[in-house]
Amino acid sequence: MTVRVGGGQGFYGDTPRAVAGLLEAGVDYLCLEALAELTLAILQKDRQRDEARGYTRDLPLYLGTALPAVAEGNTKVITNAGGINPPAAARAAVDAARAQGLGGLKIATVLGDDLTNRVDALRSADVSLSNLESDAPFAEFPGDPLFVAAYLGARPIVEALDQGADVVITGRVADAALFLAPLVHEHGWSWDDWDRLAAGTLVGHLLECSGQVAGGNFSGEWWTIPEPWNLPYPIAEVDADGTAVITKPESSGGRVDVDTVRHQLLYEVHDPAAYLAPDVVADFTSAKFTDLGGDRVEVTGVRGAAATDTYKALLAYHAGWSAEARVAFSWPDAYEKAKATAAIFAKRVELAGYDVDEWRFEYWGVDALGGPTVPPTEHEPPEVALRIAWRCADQTTAGLVGRELIPLTLSSPPAGFTGMGRAGGGRPSELLGIWPTLVDKALVDEHVVVTVEQT
Amino acid sequence: MRLSLRELCAYRAGDKGDIADVAIFADDEPTYEVIVREVTAARVREHFADLVRGDVERYEVPNVFGLNFVLHGALGGGGPRTLRADNLGKTLGGALVRMEIEVPDELVRRRPRPDVGWADAILRSLD
Repeated sequence: MTVRVGGGQGFYGDTPRAVAGLLEAGVDYLCLEALAELTLAILQKDRQRDEARGYTRDLPLYLGTALPAVAEGNTKVITNAGGINPPAAARAAVDAARAQGLGGLKIATVLGDDLTNRVDALRSADVSLSNLESDAPFAEFPGDPLFVAAYLGARPIVEALDQGADVVITGRVADAALFLAPLVHEHGWSWDDWDRLAAGTLVGHLLECSGQVAGGNFSGEWWTIPEPWNLPYPIAEVDADGTAVITKPESSGGRVDVDTVRHQLLYEVHDPAAYLAPDVVADFTSAKFTDLGGDRVEVTGVRGAAATDTYKALLAYHAGWSAEARVAFSWPDAYEKAKATAAIFAKRVELAGYDVDEWRFEYWGVDALGGPTVPPTEHEPPEVALRIAWRCADQTTAGLVGRELIPLTLSSPPAGFTGMGRAGGGRPSELLGIWPTLVDKALVDEHVVVTVEQT
Repeated sequence: MRLSLRELCAYRAGDKGDIADVAIFADDEPTYEVIVREVTAARVREHFADLVRGDVERYEVPNVFGLNFVLHGALGGGGPRTLRADNLGKTLGGALVRMEIEVPDELVRRRPRPDVGWADAILRSLD
């Protein structure tokens, strides 16, 4: 038996249009990966404004396309769109089903990743919550955590599917686990079949960034990718032994070949020989890729090792307020004018008495992105855009700092100062710091709950 | 001779917290052996200078002719915290392949440069 899983979403803000192509091609499971670290921070700010939010609010758009196929029994949907408020996302899913007159659908919710209210309990259970990157002890954590989210694995999703769920909505489940779960459910893989779990995790890893395995962000001969405005999203056909074929719906756009696949293999993985997933430690260096032609790449030979006894978790803290402004300068002397204006602005802010905790000056057209990797050049840029960003302790000050730029319209270095459209002087935005840590699985799992509601 | 990695390697970059993951890919085994020899963690650390604050680790991935670099302290505090426009470090792959390395003459090549005639045609049609 071959199970077909589709990657219908790669992040919050992706297009729901590609889902139609996946459904037309036929997928047994449509997996929608909605969460990045940055997304959790966005959702946290959303929930601070309204307790009923905290999930990715484009979920109904995806379900609008997918649910009719679910009702016909052609596919099932698995998504972590629940973000930091899965019950609210589940209500949105039930509403979407009812709005389409689709009764009898089983919608499952996975809870238990949210540890925000359990920090004290975890601390008394001797969980250190020290920072995984810096080794800083939790005593140095700034303030109270705004959220604490553990990366759950595939198990609760499998439990939901075993209960007959048609739609599974989770919070912070590891991206690849959304794809591994239906493979475990369908193929009956056991939780210590490490090679199979690693193969399923690798499939999920390749598919979870939607278009990025089918020609998106491709740094080879990117201009040769067919119809990049019409990029199809990926499908994996996975056999019981873990052998998989990565492919895409037949359409005129996109490409799946060994290059597009191997580039995605190393996306955000740290040590490729020991990719730490919640359910397995996968060895991505063991995989063999064979180009079958026709946008089909076979993946075989994936090896895995026993999972660790911890989940990764993210804690977030308030890290001040930022705002930014952009100004463009023309030839001649564009770069010098930009640097002078940056310095004049900073001095004016200082004279005005505003405290700025951090400055960032970027010279677009010179070295804004590459910084010290950009070699010096004699070439005088025809124009330079200055981007200034700053961080302040409070929102009001961050906003006031931006106003000091406006008078420079008539008081800056000569002719060439021009505001860059409506982007200049943006509103202050809250910064969140991310504190990664590890939590013992047993302390998390005892609170994981799967509920199923029928529409 | 000295050659920019741009001519030899594809690249992909992403983020985790304040860490940037930057991978480069050779097209064949001889080229892979050259980048394994030349593009060391120490050289990458030096290349990024003060753009990266912490250590650089390197992982060899021979099955895809890839090298994966883990750059610690590379994003000004991480995606939701940094003041950088490139808050997720997506452009650091391009920044890495700016590096020049010593390459045996027989492996010297020039990657094709983009032909975006199709884009020009679309843009002309909008005039």
